[in-house]
Amino acid sequence: MFAAIHATPGDWEKLLRLAQEFSPLVERTAADTVALDADGLERIHGLPQQIAAALARRAGERGLQASVAIAANLDTAVHAARGFAGVSVIPYGDEAKYLGSLPLTLLGTTPEMLETLERWGIRRFRDLAALPELGLAERLGPEGLRLHKLAHGAGDRPLVPMREPLHFEEEAELEYPVELLEPLLFVLAGLLSGLRARLVSHGLATNELRLRLKLENRGEHIRTLHFPVPMLDTKAFLKLLDLDLGAHPPPSPVVKVWLEAEPAKPRAAQTGLFIPLAPEPEKLELTLARLRGLVGEGNVGSPELLDTHRPGAFAMRGFGDTETRRRGDTAMVMRAIRPARAARVQMASGQPVHVQAEGVRGHVTAAAGPWRTSGDWWTADPWARDEWDVALSDGALYRICCAQGRWFVEGSYD
Amino acid sequence: MGAVALGRDFEFRVDRPEVCPTGLAEVDAMAGGLPQGCLTEVYGPASSGRTSLMLAAMAQSTGRENVCALVDASDAFDPASAAAAGVRLERLLWVRCGGNAEHALKAADLLVQGGGFGLVVMDLADTPAVTARRISMTSWFRLRRAVEHTSTVLLVMEQQPNAKTCASLTMEMRCERAAWPGTGRPERPPQAEGLPHSLLRGIRVRVERRKPVPAMAACFESRW
Repeated sequence: MFAAIHATPGDWEKLLRLAQEFSPLVERTAADTVALDADGLERIHGLPQQIAAALARRAGERGLQASVAIAANLDTAVHAARGFAGVSVIPYGDEAKYLGSLPLTLLGTTPEMLETLERWGIRRFRDLAALPELGLAERLGPEGLRLHKLAHGAGDRPLVPMREPLHFEEEAELEYPVELLEPLLFVLAGLLSGLRARLVSHGLATNELRLRLKLENRGEHIRTLHFPVPMLDTKAFLKLLDLDLGAHPPPSPVVKVWLEAEPAKPRAAQTGLFIPLAPEPEKLELTLARLRGLVGEGNVGSPELLDTHRPGAFAMRGFGDTETRRRGDTAMVMRAIRPARAARVQMASGQPVHVQAEGVRGHVTAAAGPWRTSGDWWTADPWARDEWDVALSDGALYRICCAQGRWFVEGSYD
Repeated sequence: MGAVALGRDFEFRVDRPEVCPTGLAEVDAMAGGLPQGCLTEVYGPASSGRTSLMLAAMAQSTGRENVCALVDASDAFDPASAAAAGVRLERLLWVRCGGNAEHALKAADLLVQGGGFGLVVMDLADTPAVTARRISMTSWFRLRRAVEHTSTVLLVMEQQPNAKTCASLTMEMRCERAAWPGTGRPERPPQAEGLPHSLLRGIRVRVERRKPVPAMAACFESRW
């Protein structure tokens, strides 16, 4: 059994809420019509007439000018609701008789088809239902047959329920302001297990957790955790929240907590014997969070070379975010000294003869240079320098450079 | 007769660990590669080729699609050199410890415990020898224990050996000679675009295996 409600187009939200009050299975048939599965409503409201009356009464209470129809099949209920004002209950088997007086425009077919039928003098459901099925199929094809079936009130289309956008959020109001992290984590553990259960029931995981804390000073503290892969591990979530809140504690005691999860399809990974060794994403995320807590936010990640000739230019990216191209194999490498150490360099005949800097001191036993480079002169941050490679009396090989009249030790060859 | 039979039943058997190549043929021929599930210690003074060996091993490991981690105690890693040496930077996790050796130890421990890395390098090469000596044997044992029974290679770069019995392979490195360009007008060697450049032509490095005995030696050259 199906019910359909038809109202003026502007009242769509009210119409939807009204239908959802009666059934979780609601179809948006048109901008001004909803249909709902009324099976089981008889246990609450009684006879179909009483169900229809209850729907009409509730619509009136919501200020809706609605017409309500109940029928054994979905299309009949929809056509009746759109064609008749007030409340209509179409008994099973009498659909063709009740729908007969309705105009064909309610069938929702193409204007060309309506024009053809109009030319034949077919204007109402009963006229179409009276036509022979075989002849109609020969002249109008499958669409003609479908319309004939609808005019008979014998539609068999299933209801296509609307899907509510999935929103996974849990909240908890605390009885007293929480200042310490441990009791807050206890609350978060409860919220996480609730979120996890809801995600599991929908066959989903999450790749983002948003934590919103209402503070005693009426402020808000918002933290967002992104995961490289969809996860469902409550312990890992709790540990990550622990580490994140440890690194970024709320500035004031917490009075209310919201935790929201961004739903995502769970990761499906095929493992194999010959797949190279790689850390498990869940474990890796935890390890990275711990490392960030230990050495600082910007000190963990993958290096990425920048598109510039400026020596030593690189950027830190999140691990797994970078994609670099492989270069030719060359084994000569340098160890950087960051920041470059200021040095005092003695020159003789245009060649460095002695270098002194913090931790670096000695006579120059061999040197090559200078190599003059410059760049970024078209920007606000230009650079120009003379480079030397020197071997010092301590046996080490260094790169030194002179920029704007000042000497620096930049690194050592190793 | 009975003693012979008993001895055969309880024959002492040493399981040799799987090894990963360093990418330097001479070193691989001498040391047999870097053992998995073991701690390997490489030490030597500045400009002795430790970083060349480290980057060659990283290039090999990342080239096999493994994920590598570098715990950089003194922030001395040069990404341009690494890329030029063939390291796939997107498969490298770089942890910069800003000169804090204690953080480096903790980070290395976390990474080894986390598992899944093909190569974990703890670079203490610029950490003063006095500081490195203060690392307790307990810490070294903890690291050795953590990496045991995994397929991770744990490589430690230092100025002097400190891990003692915890290291399964110990190599000493030193620079034999540096190759300088001839006199006259300075000249850059031919290089691909974007490669780090140098006036120095190359260095010849001598590697000596100190452990396991017998000691063996090999040489390799790194040049532009």
